[in-house]
Amino acid sequence: MNSAQENRFWTPNTILLLFAILVGGGVALYRLFYGLGAATNLNDTYPWGLWLAFDVLGGVAMAAGGFIIAAAIYLFNWRKYRPIGRPAILTAFLGYLMAVIALFLDIGHPFRLWHPIAMWQIHSIMWVVAIHVVLYTTTLAIESSPMLFERFNKTRALTALSKIMVGVVAFGVMLSTLHQSSLGAVFLIAPARMSPLWFSEFLPYMFLISAIAMGLAMVGTEAMLSERFFGHRVDIEIYRGLARGMLITLAILLVAKIFFLIRSGVGSAFNGSLPGNMYLLEIALGIILPLLLLTNRRFRTEPRAILGVNILVITGVLLNRLNVCLFAMQGYSTAQGAGYFPSLMEFLLTLGIIAFGIFLYKMAALYLPLFAKPIEPSGR
Amino acid sequence: MAINRRDFLKASSGGALLLASGATVAEAEAKELSPDAVGILYDATLCIGCKSCMVNCKRVNTLEKGGALYKPGRDIPYNYKGDFPIWDEVTELSDTALSIIKAYKEGTGLNRNEVENGFSFVKNHCMHCIDPACASVCPVEALYKEPASGAVIYYRDRCIGCRYCQIACPFGIPKFEWGSNDPLIVKCQLCHHRFPEGGYSACCEFCPSGASIFGPVKELREEAKRRLSLTYGKYYDFPVQTVGSERKLAKQASRYIDRIYGMTEAGGTQYLLLAGVPFDMLGFNPQISDQEYPELTWDYIQKVPALIVGLLLAGAASYYATRNRDGEDKEK
Repeated sequence: MNSAQENRFWTPNTILLLFAILVGGGVALYRLFYGLGAATNLNDTYPWGLWLAFDVLGGVAMAAGGFIIAAAIYLFNWRKYRPIGRPAILTAFLGYLMAVIALFLDIGHPFRLWHPIAMWQIHSIMWVVAIHVVLYTTTLAIESSPMLFERFNKTRALTALSKIMVGVVAFGVMLSTLHQSSLGAVFLIAPARMSPLWFSEFLPYMFLISAIAMGLAMVGTEAMLSERFFGHRVDIEIYRGLARGMLITLAILLVAKIFFLIRSGVGSAFNGSLPGNMYLLEIALGIILPLLLLTNRRFRTEPRAILGVNILVITGVLLNRLNVCLFAMQGYSTAQGAGYFPSLMEFLLTLGIIAFGIFLYKMAALYLPLFAKPIEPSGR
Repeated sequence: MAINRRDFLKASSGGALLLASGATVAEAEAKELSPDAVGILYDATLCIGCKSCMVNCKRVNTLEKGGALYKPGRDIPYNYKGDFPIWDEVTELSDTALSIIKAYKEGTGLNRNEVENGFSFVKNHCMHCIDPACASVCPVEALYKEPASGAVIYYRDRCIGCRYCQIACPFGIPKFEWGSNDPLIVKCQLCHHRFPEGGYSACCEFCPSGASIFGPVKELREEAKRRLSLTYGKYYDFPVQTVGSERKLAKQASRYIDRIYGMTEAGGTQYLLLAGVPFDMLGFNPQISDQEYPELTWDYIQKVPALIVGLLLAGAASYYATRNRDGEDKEK
């Protein structure tokens, strides 16, 4: 890519993105005026659907790269990851932004989204999750703000920020770790309707581990795409480090998955039922295959091969979120005589939200110092 | 030290206290049945399937004064109207039906309260759990268990419509008003709005056969146990409308399944059921255990304060331990 191309706003891709955003915006308006029943195929047995499983749970898992890289750079002082710090944190911020937009449209009373801040209910995981989202989205905005300050030459703000950055990052890492696991804990209440293939008291930790795998995959993928589209060079050692991280995380995930499969009875995965098949697909595609590939040296060292592994891992974790939220409840819901397949509008809004995220990322890449190295912590 | 969940809330509403108390929080205590708790006992062997309960349930709850189905401008028919008799004929609990009578039928369906070639009715509505999952998961306390009566009630102005209660309720009771842009969660609230004037649950008020009776849960439990001990085929007195009622009907005792549904299910409920047909055949999810469901999430939430402190300390420790690391680091 030459630099003349890189700075163009109007490209066919931008037009496509804007079109998807426009369509998604139309769906959002329709949902706001006519309600959830009109826009979605949700029902009383499937109260949570694509928007929650994919946009919210998936979006938040995608954002995990932010806290991992922030921790690596600021808390573990692994300086080689500094070049991907800003993109990783920005992706996390956008992931949360997308999740919040989806949540806003998914709840029955969008304009009461603020209620959990004012009306505390400490017994509720949903309340814990809501507070986390508020705090962490704010933290991510602060973590991303140096780009803006740099762009507009606000040196005083930059210096002030560099003084508190390590504290902000430590706070953000704490919030994010808890938030990833709390999203899994949301489902702890539903053993009576979930398949034991996914339900266990360790759901929160399974969510955390899989989010870490996904975060590493996302950060790597994103850096490669940035190389491709914005001509931004990334040190190959970064990719190798991320791939090693994925290998370790996936190995832990696989051991845990096998342990819970044996405990819940191996038969339930191989009985040919829809949840059983989805489980096998998730494990095979998202864990076993990438692990096998990663044990091959080529897949740990060559960016193009790592990209393939990344895509598998991302798909696998997204599948996992869909499985936990939807397919795990299929047995119960079928017994209740209910089914669910997302409506066209649910798909279109999901597309619109994804396009919105990519569009904002692109704008940041074009107009902000996204690929400059993050600010030095003060005192160094 | 045992701290129950409500005390924990009080103790930890301050941020510093929240962090400090995390380490000392012990197992949450099991929720006790309130001494004034009221509920309903439904005896499927006495039910004649007339659905009078459903009609009165709708009549009472569509009234403006606290009715669970009431909403300005919304009309839910509960009675024949006009020239054409129109009922809203529901087949499941829904946003227009707080209670429902369903029928079990097998084979010829001739034998009352029998599994084979038999039939039985069953009445579904909110179980009013002693430790309700729906109220525990609600992020804004829109669902709330009244401490005295134990009725699980709904504050519609708090609700954000997240529908976590629908995921959490093991009995699948809360329903969402999908068709509305100002949606409510709809569920039986035990007609708690009638309690102040001495009223009681509408379904029991209209039940002509004594199948649904209202009363203090403790007395209902005694009555249920008494019925299980009756001799099949003999005549006994069964109270109508309320457990302590003067009105009694003399009826032959049926053969019961030896189980009072709601004694222990989901940690115990204030709606109790008796039947002659096993409860999973009457549509109760056999996966429902005696577990107090809120404990499952509480076990996790309890750890959060300690995790907050631990993670912050770990982050700080790691920063200071590695801050002098030099140059490019190849090790991961």
